[in-house]
Amino acid sequence: MATLQSLDIRRRSASTEAPPQVRQGSLEVAKLIDVSKCIGCKACQSACLSWNDLVEPVGFFEGSYNNPPDLTPTSWTVMKFTEYEKGDDLEWLIRKDGCMHCDDPGCLKACPAPGAIVQYANGIVDFVSENCIGCGYCVKGCPFNVPRISKTDRKAYKCTLCVDRVAVGQAPACAKACPTQAIYFGSKEDMLDHADKRIIDLKSRGYEKAGLYDPPGVGGTHVMYVLHHADKPSLYAGLPDDPRISPLVGLWKGVLKPLSLAAIAFAGVFGFLHYVTKGPNEVSESDERKGDDLAGGKGA
Amino acid sequence: MSADKKVVARYTTAARINHWITAASLILLALSGMALFHPSLFFLTHLFGGGQATRAIHPWIGVVLAISFLGLFFRFFTLNFWNRDDTIWMKNLGKVINDNEEGMPELGKYNAGQKLVFWGQSILILLLFCSGIVLWDVYFEDYTTIDQKRLSAVVHALCAIGAILIWIVHVYAAIWVKGTLRAMTRGSVTRGWSWKHHRKWFRQEVGKP
Repeated sequence: MATLQSLDIRRRSASTEAPPQVRQGSLEVAKLIDVSKCIGCKACQSACLSWNDLVEPVGFFEGSYNNPPDLTPTSWTVMKFTEYEKGDDLEWLIRKDGCMHCDDPGCLKACPAPGAIVQYANGIVDFVSENCIGCGYCVKGCPFNVPRISKTDRKAYKCTLCVDRVAVGQAPACAKACPTQAIYFGSKEDMLDHADKRIIDLKSRGYEKAGLYDPPGVGGTHVMYVLHHADKPSLYAGLPDDPRISPLVGLWKGVLKPLSLAAIAFAGVFGFLHYVTKGPNEVSESDERKGDDLAGGKGA
Repeated sequence: MSADKKVVARYTTAARINHWITAASLILLALSGMALFHPSLFFLTHLFGGGQATRAIHPWIGVVLAISFLGLFFRFFTLNFWNRDDTIWMKNLGKVINDNEEGMPELGKYNAGQKLVFWGQSILILLLFCSGIVLWDVYFEDYTTIDQKRLSAVVHALCAIGAILIWIVHVYAAIWVKGTLRAMTRGSVTRGWSWKHHRKWFRQEVGKP
């Protein structure tokens, strides 16, 4: 996606410039995916391909309804099917996988290319492809294993939350296409309210552990789930129970950067001061004479 | 050793070429690596034709460095084994950096500092090569997990900083100790330099141990 002036940027990868701050009251948006209402029809997947001009190559049957089996550079959302057996009961858990649009995005933190990843004031995290250098650092930064590097152009791709549609007041293509309205889109506040109602309803139907997935470890997300088993998110095709940016990424992109430059600068300055204060280490004439004496007749 | 010039041969032409290929690739790796390490240094990618080109070229320069350094390793490793004199030298490091080498043991071809540079770079370049392979997504993305890639990124960055610091020590020593650089540019050093810095080696070279 290209950047749009109507959307202020809150964060920009590998940049220190202050973001625009004059326009106030920008609404934070969110997508709420009600897993309990999903019938696994994959209309969202089709709508995503269609709106974003993507073509997923025909793949192979791998023994499950997942098709393709996982996210790819062209499939930015994939239905993940899980057969959950609870005693005699079988529950078919269907989760629409894709970018969670973290409020504290690990991909953006890890990205070394200025402006290749941006976070808009409305919370959407977007890859700006023309600035992407294909290093794959976003893959390492992401706690959800979402970004995919294309083998065609070595650029990273993922769900844009249809930022181009949102910018002109439209809901994302997947939300528009969903026939059961399992995908809602609106302000994050409204989505939280709506989730509350859905959770009360689910609890009244016997799903005592029903709840919202808006993980605080990444500052909350702008894609949230209503889960019937919110106590065990990992049931849903490995949704992380407590996602957070890996401490290794924190180290790599945090203290290591200033510390390294400081160490290198210190070494340079130390060398310079040493030379200025001690002067060069030179061979004296007496050393030359002794050297000649040792070499003796040879070449003297 | 040439008969009419008062110099002592220190490096063969092949060894010098081997050294300078290593030096050039290490400098290019440091520049391209730092460009991708710190946002403030991203502008260095312009030296390599932009961000994508830098990302693509960096690992190939790494391959050149690895092969080239392997050459240096096998040329010099037998001369870099640690001995008792090296321990004494290290204990007197304070005297050494003040250019006061009185009472110090006579040294072979390399002093303890040079040996530490050699072994330090050997270990770091090995680690950089291994972690670099893990990070080289174009060819090796599918062979490791994301957690392994995360660890490799940290190891790669730490080792690179270590190697750059050792490189600074190495270059500064060559600037500070006058008469050293010609060993790598012309292959020879003066007798006085040999007497002062590597007397035991000098004795062996002139056949008077």
